[in-house]
Amino acid sequence: MGNTTQASAGTLESNDILVVIAPGNGGEATVSVESIVMKQFGPAIIATIQASLAEHGLGGVTVTAQDKGALDCTIKARMEAAILRYKELHS
Amino acid sequence: MRDKLLPDMATALREAGLADGMTISFHHHMRNGDHVLNAVLAEAAKQGVKNLTLLSSSIFPVHAPLIEHIKNGVVTELDTNYMSGPVAAAVSRGLLEKPVMFRSHGGRPRAIREGSRVIDIAFVAAPTVDPMGNISGSLGPAACGSLGYAVPDAECAKTVIAVTDNLIDTTLESVSIPHDRVTHVVKMDSIGDPKGIVSGSTSMTRDPVALAIARKAQAAIRASGLLKDGFNFQTGAGGASLATAQYLREDMIRMKLKGGFLLGGITKYLVDMLEEGLFDSIYDVQCFDLAAVESIRKNAAHHEISADTYASPRQKSCCVDFLDTVLLGASEIDVNFNVNVHTDSNGMIIGGSGGHNDAAAGAAMTIIVAPLIRARLPIVVDRCTTITTPGNTVDVLVTERGIAVNPARPDLADRFRDAKLDVYSIEELRAMALKIAGEPRKVEFTDRIVGTVEYRDGTIIDSLRAPA
Repeated sequence: MGNTTQASAGTLESNDILVVIAPGNGGEATVSVESIVMKQFGPAIIATIQASLAEHGLGGVTVTAQDKGALDCTIKARMEAAILRYKELHS
Repeated sequence: MRDKLLPDMATALREAGLADGMTISFHHHMRNGDHVLNAVLAEAAKQGVKNLTLLSSSIFPVHAPLIEHIKNGVVTELDTNYMSGPVAAAVSRGLLEKPVMFRSHGGRPRAIREGSRVIDIAFVAAPTVDPMGNISGSLGPAACGSLGYAVPDAECAKTVIAVTDNLIDTTLESVSIPHDRVTHVVKMDSIGDPKGIVSGSTSMTRDPVALAIARKAQAAIRASGLLKDGFNFQTGAGGASLATAQYLREDMIRMKLKGGFLLGGITKYLVDMLEEGLFDSIYDVQCFDLAAVESIRKNAAHHEISADTYASPRQKSCCVDFLDTVLLGASEIDVNFNVNVHTDSNGMIIGGSGGHNDAAAGAAMTIIVAPLIRARLPIVVDRCTTITTPGNTVDVLVTERGIAVNPARPDLADRFRDAKLDVYSIEELRAMALKIAGEPRKVEFTDRIVGTVEYRDGTIIDSLRAPA
């Protein structure tokens, strides 16, 4: 049984990121990130995720990301896919 | 008629006089399948022995029980050439009061022979032992092939205990360590799991980045002028290194070349090249897979060598001195070509020199093969977190996006440019990586020293601090 309220994109392969978007409790989006490069790129990953949400006008959600060293372009691509899937689910 | 056989480990430790503060040694040919180190330490703990120094040529994930023995004061000092897994992680965070002494595969036998590291009891994981106490590494249920790293231990330790699961009643034809070095023999049910002896995957990588690196490394070797009859070669067992060896094989067949020797940790790929007649011989200090074990048993051109013969700078010569090319990996390489294989970019211990800085020192051309970016981290850094191998022994960096040549080797850079290889300065490769990955934040470290890096000649070249 798939979860009908949340959307995801990406994998847990090296150099990729798995992002899951779920409904939040309104207000600001909550972003939580686990990363093998947290010390080096933690803030940069969170900033990229928030920028993607803003770009697509999606607020009030919860984003959970498990990062395996994805490049910025990969994070953007995974976020875009997950956002579009999320919007489709909730349209 | 002398009988060296003792009934069990408890008796063996008592007979050997194991006492507080002693130095005991182990070798790592059983790799992650080793049962001997854990069994010895469990018995030592049971007998209440404290403050042991553990001189083990490597420490693997299977040795996780060592953490408890350190916490309980059974072991208080480590001296090793490589460590990975739970022990490495715990040590990185400050498990031991004293810093770990990290040596190279050549530095360890140097220290043992010169007497700066005295071994009270050496334990040899012995796959087969005959009635005299002769040891063979190539026969028995836990056959691991070469016992090269155990040789200096067996020759210099005050007491040598052969631990075996295969006693035979005939005399061995081929001996790794002779009986005159063996004090006692003790039997246990299984000294090692052959599946754990195999190093990672032995199938050829399909990772396109590794294959792209290998193609460039192949082109560099071809352009170097070193690839001719009598070519002596060493490679690690990493994906890009093994793929390069396969491409090199194609070149050698096409150019109708006959190489000299293959060296190092030995895999099926190297054995195949020997059997195809592409090389005269293999000098084997450690088998990385069961095909190598089979080969050392049956092929007279596949020679078992000691750690001294392999890499010790104290010998009159060692095999690495005769290498034309060695392929080595890197966790980081800095703009001065220093290489780190001790720690990851978070400062956690993930390995150690092994033969890295030995082979680099000896080879006419040392090539580092590594992806330009690994999990978003640029491989080229301003300064390595830990220096394993000094930059003046490293000649070439090959990445999937380009090659950098040490400025000390303009001859190689000229040859590569003449061959139209994509040569960059190492600073240019660093800039390329940063542009793709972004600039990583600096990792913070505490003042707690958790490790000391000894270069092969005995010089202390770096220390490791616990990450914050």
